[in-house]
Amino acid sequence: MSVPLEYWLVLAMVLFGIGAIGVVTRRNVLIVLMSIELMLNAANLTFLAFSRARGDTGGHAVVFIVMAVAAAELAVGLALAVALFRQTGTAHIDRASEMKG
Amino acid sequence: MDLELVAFFALAIATLGGALCVVLPPMARNPLHAAVALLATFCALAGLFVLLAAHLVAVLQVLIYAGAVMVLFTFVIMLLNLRPHELAGPKLTANKALGALAVLALMAKMGVLVWAASLDVQPPKELYAEFGWVRDVGGRLLIDYLVPFELTSVLLLVAVIGAMTVARRTPAGGKG
Repeated sequence: MSVPLEYWLVLAMVLFGIGAIGVVTRRNVLIVLMSIELMLNAANLTFLAFSRARGDTGGHAVVFIVMAVAAAELAVGLALAVALFRQTGTAHIDRASEMKG
Repeated sequence: MDLELVAFFALAIATLGGALCVVLPPMARNPLHAAVALLATFCALAGLFVLLAAHLVAVLQVLIYAGAVMVLFTFVIMLLNLRPHELAGPKLTANKALGALAVLALMAKMGVLVWAASLDVQPPKELYAEFGWVRDVGGRLLIDYLVPFELTSVLLLVAVIGAMTVARRTPAGGKG
């Protein structure tokens, strides 16, 4: 492995940070879901980097499960986006405030 | 300079550039443009996975993320059919600035952790011949990780039922 482990970790860290900033600052529900996907991919990258460094494919198995969980989350999230659009006519996430106490 | 390092930096720049195009307002005002940028990010990530000798995961990344997830996003973007005034760029409020600052603080903390971990990094182990191929990873999934693997199928079933229930149009024409 000619690329050191730290490089992979820094790359995953920056990717996670970009996704987190997207979740915090953007208010379009589709962009927020895309940013969550970016964060999950950064986590996958970390698993694979450690897997490569340790010569152990356990991380690959975890990445599979993370992918399935991400797909399930996305299906429910997009269904919620469609339901939000039917209720309010927008995809603005701050409109989903009816349950605010 | 090492060829592997060159490939790493090229793919890393492509990944981060695509991710920035997804998140930054000027490029991503239209969700469809953001989806295309996300597609580029996923493909560059698949290349990075190949560099990590995770061949099966790289193929699945293209199949699941660049294929299925992207089709799902595109369908919903077309279904919502947002009007232009809803796509106006986000206003930078104090709350959002505060949130972005919190994320930057979190990243600084992660950077310290990476730096601390890099002090005693072991040299990477030599890989065996079948590392990351189908038989190897499939064996791990079906022997060592059997219970989480089976639970995943239940989770997917629940997610499908939940998505259909949430997005269903109610027949009476009422709300929801």
